[in-house]
Amino acid sequence: MNQEEYVPIYLNISQCVGCTACMQRCPTEAIRIRGGKAAVMRERCVACGECIRVCPHHAMEARVDRLDQVLGKYKYTIALPAQALYGQFPGIKTRSPVLEGLRRMGFDEVFEVATAAEVVSAATHYELAHGSIPHPILTTVCPVVLRLVRIRFPSLLPHLLNYRSPMEMAARWSRQLASRKTGLAPEDIGCVYISPCPAKCASIQDSIGTLKTALNGIVSVAEVAPRLQAVMDGIEDEESFPHSGAAGVGWAISGGQAAAVGESNNVVASGMENLIRILEALEDGKLSSVELVELSACTPGCVGGALTVENPFIAAARLRKMMQGFGPSVPVSDCPVEDMRWEKTPAPSQVLRLDEDLSRAMEKMDRIRALADSLPGMNCGACGAPSCKAFAEDAVTGRGHGARCVFRPDTPEHEVL
Amino acid sequence: MVREYTVYGNDFVRAGEVSGKIKTILKGLGYPPEMIRRAAITTYEAEMNMVIHADGGRVRASFSPEEVVLVFADQGPGIADLNLAMQAGWSTASETARQLGFGGGMGLPNIRRYSDALDIDTKVGTGTTLTITIRPGGRNL
Repeated sequence: MNQEEYVPIYLNISQCVGCTACMQRCPTEAIRIRGGKAAVMRERCVACGECIRVCPHHAMEARVDRLDQVLGKYKYTIALPAQALYGQFPGIKTRSPVLEGLRRMGFDEVFEVATAAEVVSAATHYELAHGSIPHPILTTVCPVVLRLVRIRFPSLLPHLLNYRSPMEMAARWSRQLASRKTGLAPEDIGCVYISPCPAKCASIQDSIGTLKTALNGIVSVAEVAPRLQAVMDGIEDEESFPHSGAAGVGWAISGGQAAAVGESNNVVASGMENLIRILEALEDGKLSSVELVELSACTPGCVGGALTVENPFIAAARLRKMMQGFGPSVPVSDCPVEDMRWEKTPAPSQVLRLDEDLSRAMEKMDRIRALADSLPGMNCGACGAPSCKAFAEDAVTGRGHGARCVFRPDTPEHEVL
Repeated sequence: MVREYTVYGNDFVRAGEVSGKIKTILKGLGYPPEMIRRAAITTYEAEMNMVIHADGGRVRASFSPEEVVLVFADQGPGIADLNLAMQAGWSTASETARQLGFGGGMGLPNIRRYSDALDIDTKVGTGTTLTITIRPGGRNL
């Protein structure tokens, strides 16, 4: 799908009451209230899922596939569970009931994304020592970070780790193995990722470094978890068949990737506000002595994704405990490592630019400031913009929609244009 | 287009706010990313110098399509030996500043390295004025 057409978050319009909760919390000011309903500006959305989390009416939804749409669509279907899935269930000690349960639900095979994460970790370790990416290397497994860098920190694009994500690698790898095993053509094999967050879904739609995704579908942890719970009874809760080790599974918790890569000179941060501060610091040259920066939009890492069901900290604690019982990772052969590098370089986004022409951009910026200065600065949101400054920006850049400031009804947007 | 700001001396909570505001303007105006990066590093270093050494000061930023000129003027102690100050690793930062991770002696060397033109007007006991010029398509990082 074309990047400009795709909106990762959509509004269930009958549920939305226009309360401004999502608009006030959106970290990139991508939401406005228009005609009493929330509207997402697709080019600014980083798919972090904060609006999904905070909407009291559950009107914001991620664009994900439904299980019924993907199961049975291919001759052979592989489940690719995100590591965060393992931490969702209160009653289990190991991941065996999850992996076996997915088979019971109708998947022909389960391939742990954690296994691919271990290969990406090893490659990153090598990249740090021998690669040409300027340090600190900025990890890219969190698609929100990728989107945010393109929009707000384009000068940091050269620092991005230009590897495909474990999710994407798991799809390529498992399809190849399954095709060999079953004799089926690769296109008859469906690879379905079980995702903790909307950003992963967005990342296969408008992939930034990958030309064409190898995934055939993405379903949410929130949909899968209760269905899994229902089929888990009676599955032996012991670590049995070959699994990935703690290194790969630990990626679900903030700091896990740096640990798996084996780089101790790192900065690890999670949560939108923190990661924005770290990106600012990186831009200011403050982290020049650091080798690796691991950022995730959710706290504490992917276990806190907006499409999970368990409390993120409980899920993280459970996962840590589970990991203590893991054996060493079991090497899986034939990972298509030659296919790990992105095939395209992400271009900076021009979303924040006020005008193509610098002089006109300056004029607009002055007008925005003058208008914003005339507003009360309460950021009440009643006009449908998240702040007085955003209201002024919308008015001057022509994004306005005739809304007025309730405190300055004499300042309609259309007069300012 | 011109913007003016105040930097507050020894205030490590506000420190970095002015360079943050200037960065936001540069991005809104659409200057190229490589130039924004150089401007970010130089303004941050110059702002921190004022916070650490000069008890604050004033910043005047002028934006034009051809260049961005950033004037950092303080009434601090002045720089006694400019040659020494321009050497990497040399610093007169206080113990407090060093404990906060500053005072690495890279401030002025980095400003010189990342700017397209740098003028330093300093007098002991009177103050220091840095004039930093950054141009789109200027030197590469």
